[in-house]
Amino acid sequence: MPLILHDTQLQSRLFLGTAGYPSPDILQKSIDSSKPGLLTVSLRRESAAGKGQEFWKIIQSFNIPVLPNTAGCSSVQEAVMTAEMAREIFETNWIKLEVIGDDYTLQPDPFRLVEAAETLIDKGFTVFPYMTDDLILAERLSNLGCDILMPWGSPIGSGRGLNNIYALKQLRARFPDHCLVIDAGIGAPSHAAQAMEMGYDAVLLNTAVSKSLDPVKMATAFSLAIQAGHDAYKAGIIAAQENATPSTPLTDKPFWHQHG
Amino acid sequence: MQVTINGQPKTFTAPLTLYDILEQEEVIAMMIAVAHNMTVIPKDQWHEKTITDGDQIEIVAPMQGG
Repeated sequence: MPLILHDTQLQSRLFLGTAGYPSPDILQKSIDSSKPGLLTVSLRRESAAGKGQEFWKIIQSFNIPVLPNTAGCSSVQEAVMTAEMAREIFETNWIKLEVIGDDYTLQPDPFRLVEAAETLIDKGFTVFPYMTDDLILAERLSNLGCDILMPWGSPIGSGRGLNNIYALKQLRARFPDHCLVIDAGIGAPSHAAQAMEMGYDAVLLNTAVSKSLDPVKMATAFSLAIQAGHDAYKAGIIAAQENATPSTPLTDKPFWHQHG
Repeated sequence: MQVTINGQPKTFTAPLTLYDILEQEEVIAMMIAVAHNMTVIPKDQWHEKTITDGDQIEIVAPMQGG
């Protein structure tokens, strides 16, 4: 079943970042091979050199919805301004709201995140908050009207995978009708599959693909892992048990009770 | 008059609109968004926005992001 976000049907549950690829050609091929449902983009200062224009042509050629971010913002005012500029340029109300609170871990500032989310929702944005896995923060954001929540797996670019399985499972259980997306910290396709097996709706990642030795192949690997994880969740994963259960039926087993 | 564009002070001859500045900066035909004194100015208002001495302009374009 495809993921539908606010009447937009996405072709995949992989949300792919577009930064840090070895070349525009490899970025293009990575998108082409993995067919992500969303592409994240950003904004930077432009000059007569027109650095951003070529990039935008590549992104536009795929006809995949874009999710602009407020990366690098640490104040509410910066984040709101960046979101407004993103809306102007990308003609979308969707914004991945990042308000960074710590330079070492790039941990989002929960207090400013809530404040910025409230302002942006008032201005008509659909906010995709990049957040920690804190349950109360999720409740506050949900109360503001965020029906999409994006908790981190672990710090951006760390490749550590899912740091706090317990908290992430709690979020899934407590927000069964929200769209939950693991955003950041993913390193291996198995991390993404694990998130999807837990019932998460999508996984957003960038560095794990762009900084791998072969981003095109890795993008495909993530696409397959995310689909596999989602299919497994839907199919119903069996509960783990302490003891063995024979998979081969023992009824009419030959030599039954004849040994010894 | 002096106008700060993307953090760099530049000198222009008044009177000027935002559109004029963007034209002189050779970014007018690009896909950009512009903020004037911390307020985003929609494209259809660039012609009307008068620039005065000390104003600050931010010009941004799409960029790779995660």
